[in-house]
Amino acid sequence: MSRQSNRLPEGGLIDRARSISFTFDGREFDAHPGDTLASALLANGVHLTGRSFKYHRPRGIYSAGPEEPNALVTLGKGGRTEPNTPATMVEVYDGLDARSQNRWPSLKFDLLAVNSLLKPFFPAGFYYKTFMWPRSFWYRLYEPMIRRAAGLGTLANESDPDRYEKAHAHCDVLVVGAGPAGLMAAREAARAGAKVLLADDQPLPGGHLTGENIDIDGKPGAAWAGGIADELKEMENVRVLTRTCLYGRYDGMTFGAVERVGDHLASNSTLPRQRSWIIQAKHLINAAGAIERPLVFAGNDRPGVMLAGAARAYVNRYGVLPGRNAVVFTNNDDAYRTACDLAAAGANVTLVDSRSADKSRSRAILPESVETQFGQCISKVKGRSHVRGLTLAPSGIEIACNLICVSGGWTPSIHLLSHIGHRPEWHEATSSFVMREPGDEACTAGGAAATFDLGRTLREGVAAGRAAAKACGCRVSGKAGIPKADALPDYAIEPLWRVPAAMTKAQESFVDFQNDVTVADLELAQREGFGHAEHAKRYTTLGMATDQGKLANVNALGILADLQGRPIAETGTTTFRPLTSPVAFGAIAGQERGSAYRPVRHSAMHSWHENNGAVFTQAGLWLRAYYYPREGEDFSAAVKREVLAVRSSVGMVDVSTLGKIELKGPDAGTFLDRLYINSFSKMKVNRARYGVMLREDGMVFDDGTVSRLGDEHYFITVTTANASGVMQHMEFCHQVHWPELDVQFCTVSEAWSAMAVAGPNARDVLASAVEGLDLSNDAFPFMAVGEGTIRGVPVWVFRISFSGELAYEVYTPAGFGLGVWQTIMEAGKPLGITAYGTEAMTVMRTEKGHVAGPELDGRTTAADLGLGRMMSLKKDFIGRWMAGRSGLEGAGRLQLVGLKPVGKSETFRMGAHLVNDLGVTGVDVSQGHVTTCVYSPVYGHYIGLAVLKNGRGRSGETLHVVSPLHNEVVEVEVVDPVFVDPGGEKMRV
Amino acid sequence: MRITCPWCGPRPLSEFTYGGDAGKTRPKKLDKASPDEWADYVYLRENPAGRHVEYWHHSGGCRSWLVVTRDTLSHEISKTVLAYPLAGGAGS
Repeated sequence: MSRQSNRLPEGGLIDRARSISFTFDGREFDAHPGDTLASALLANGVHLTGRSFKYHRPRGIYSAGPEEPNALVTLGKGGRTEPNTPATMVEVYDGLDARSQNRWPSLKFDLLAVNSLLKPFFPAGFYYKTFMWPRSFWYRLYEPMIRRAAGLGTLANESDPDRYEKAHAHCDVLVVGAGPAGLMAAREAARAGAKVLLADDQPLPGGHLTGENIDIDGKPGAAWAGGIADELKEMENVRVLTRTCLYGRYDGMTFGAVERVGDHLASNSTLPRQRSWIIQAKHLINAAGAIERPLVFAGNDRPGVMLAGAARAYVNRYGVLPGRNAVVFTNNDDAYRTACDLAAAGANVTLVDSRSADKSRSRAILPESVETQFGQCISKVKGRSHVRGLTLAPSGIEIACNLICVSGGWTPSIHLLSHIGHRPEWHEATSSFVMREPGDEACTAGGAAATFDLGRTLREGVAAGRAAAKACGCRVSGKAGIPKADALPDYAIEPLWRVPAAMTKAQESFVDFQNDVTVADLELAQREGFGHAEHAKRYTTLGMATDQGKLANVNALGILADLQGRPIAETGTTTFRPLTSPVAFGAIAGQERGSAYRPVRHSAMHSWHENNGAVFTQAGLWLRAYYYPREGEDFSAAVKREVLAVRSSVGMVDVSTLGKIELKGPDAGTFLDRLYINSFSKMKVNRARYGVMLREDGMVFDDGTVSRLGDEHYFITVTTANASGVMQHMEFCHQVHWPELDVQFCTVSEAWSAMAVAGPNARDVLASAVEGLDLSNDAFPFMAVGEGTIRGVPVWVFRISFSGELAYEVYTPAGFGLGVWQTIMEAGKPLGITAYGTEAMTVMRTEKGHVAGPELDGRTTAADLGLGRMMSLKKDFIGRWMAGRSGLEGAGRLQLVGLKPVGKSETFRMGAHLVNDLGVTGVDVSQGHVTTCVYSPVYGHYIGLAVLKNGRGRSGETLHVVSPLHNEVVEVEVVDPVFVDPGGEKMRV
Repeated sequence: MRITCPWCGPRPLSEFTYGGDAGKTRPKKLDKASPDEWADYVYLRENPAGRHVEYWHHSGGCRSWLVVTRDTLSHEISKTVLAYPLAGGAGS
């Protein structure tokens, strides 16, 4: 175990009484509860945490927050592997296991660092230039090589065993950020009675106060923040979400957030790992604070260089001194406090200020021990895997040091205001982009509004909270108490987008650490005509890494503006889009994974199918019995037996999945007349009819049966797959086209179980089961409908045939489905009744030439399918006019035909094309295509349905079915699509 | 995005199904309309950058077809009414 050599003897918000241990790259270290992985590593003197994306340069911890570009680690093992996690956001727990990334074979000795020597060959846009020729090398050599060399962590190949969940929240006021502005805003809004949700990505409230040595109302900032947060948690109308990252704002004041519920716990058996929130708010207060900007000079990426504010946070919040010999390099007064805090913690500090001495307002606060250098910049850094020293320019002074703290100013976090498309504007006084919401749904307070004075931040928070509460209809009364805060030195920033070219090397001055983009890359982009902010981003990949350019963007825009010789306000910015920070797929999926990904629907008879050995197939959400293999039977044998049983005696199939819609009202018949191509208003009660619906463009939409149960009472079935689409279509037609029709209709798909009993013995079986209904052919002819009972249970019987046999469909309230099914099975036993699945049904409907899904592909008209005569020309109906277009009636249409192979043993493929002559190629040689092909047990060979150019007149022709993908050619004969019983006698006996 | 259904109140987008341009009316009389009118009704749709009047179905709610006026640039919804009374039905 390593001792914590950089841990200060006192201070910080850590629990010094307890020690915990964790491993990094297999080495064991000590930490205290309250540490992040980053602070614990720094406490143990570990700066080097990773290798960079492109050049494999050694990189260290750079920040203390979610903006971390370098210290990305992989946590966990197996299915729990979590790559690319910022070490600055990982709370250390006992037994935490973290590993560095993008190094081989080890972090200290990385062979791929040779990329760094090849740097001249990897400029911006190198993908497009260097590796283009020869072309064939791209896939085989270049791409695999680049992918191995350049990368972040590696994903697990196993499924994640942890639990994630989703939640929704509604509030009046959403406050993002629990810093001084956010806490004040939340408290004011809550006191006025608004429902407040306060979200913050840290475990502790206070925002940057947790990392500062500042008092508010006479208390240390973090303690003051803790007190306000406790007060808020006591209020009934406030919800405080800690460890919660607001990652996106969407239209209509909808927000996405992820809460790290169990990530920080060593063992966690009951809690989800993360919880994904959808938050609906009336008002947003963006108090997300600001992120410090790096300074850009050669070697600014070496381990040991970090943000000035971060160094302060390590001292104040974690009691860690990241380096004993420190140089603070700044262009503003804020970083002076870093110099003070480091000096107070015992470090030797030199302050290097790029401004002239007269610009600084805070010299007085510096302790005497801090040496100052004004009008100087860092031009060179010594040390490779850790900083050893630096050189200043123009003076040439060399300083030995092991810590360089940089501050290029602060960038307000305005993402949430810009996600929905608003553009930021340049604020000259603070050298930053700020955002004013054009409407009144959102406002900004504190650092996010480029307010860097604590007193003003608190006042802005109060004002924002009161305004938001008012906007939500709450009464704001009384005077708000504004806490007293220490006065801070003025910010007084003087922009320094990069250390001037004359002083330092552009090729080693990094702008975007995570994607290894340097000043030289931006210069190249500008030279080659990609200087526009949006172009430069894509050309150099700046801002496109997982940190989304949080650190890099503004510096890059400033550098581009300088190169173009115009003010930054004119270059504009790139667009911020959700997600602000990476979100794990697990959190997005929540519990909707595996078998819970979507519901599975079972018919009431499902258990019978299971008990009788059914193999199931998916039909939308439904599981349907596909076939019922008996011992020793394969698919073909089972389907053949089932078909022959129906054709020779009797069988039964579960058709409960059909969509069912019930209609009532005086105009129900008229309504159906306008939906279907044929007519139903004149159909007799207790009769059924096959019906076809078109889309408005004249193509077939759906088919099914329409039955009239009473004068003003109809019942229709629609295909399983189209059930919800047809209902939506009917509602559109009624509510938009014909609201004057007095009709009501309702989906009853789930209310009824349905089964078809088919075969020459179907009547005998049903007659012995059904009471109260005469099933004789005279009393109950083809297409008759009637009501009866089976063992006292009500049933509707429809004499409808899909198989072409004598057949009945029996409907019963869903709860009785299994009982009725079993009773009919029992009654059919003496006649050898056989349960058949959807495949036998498909075989028989093909033998009968009935169209189904493959033929109703949205490109066929009723006439194409041989159903043209059903169209009633006496009325208007959906699709009527378009179906009559000359183009759809003319020659050359693909029409439904039957196919049989010339060689009796041959089979052919669905989707394969029909051609006249072999050896002729071209786009127009196809005469049509095969829609269905099944083995017909009745004929003893394969048969098929197809759509064929002018097909109806081509019976007897021999064509070729070709599938070039499979190198198959089969000779087929064109026949009538109705193979079995073309006269329809069997179903009418 | 949220749509305020006249029956159900403000609801999330996931409850709705888009139904396209509501600026078109189906020709009332089958043979009185010219081929151009039918082609316009069936095929031609506006795709404006800005104000758009469109159908939405509250498919995960009360199943009403709505006519929504939405700005395609900002997604701001300025008006939502039931299609039913607009079409001259009993609710008008």
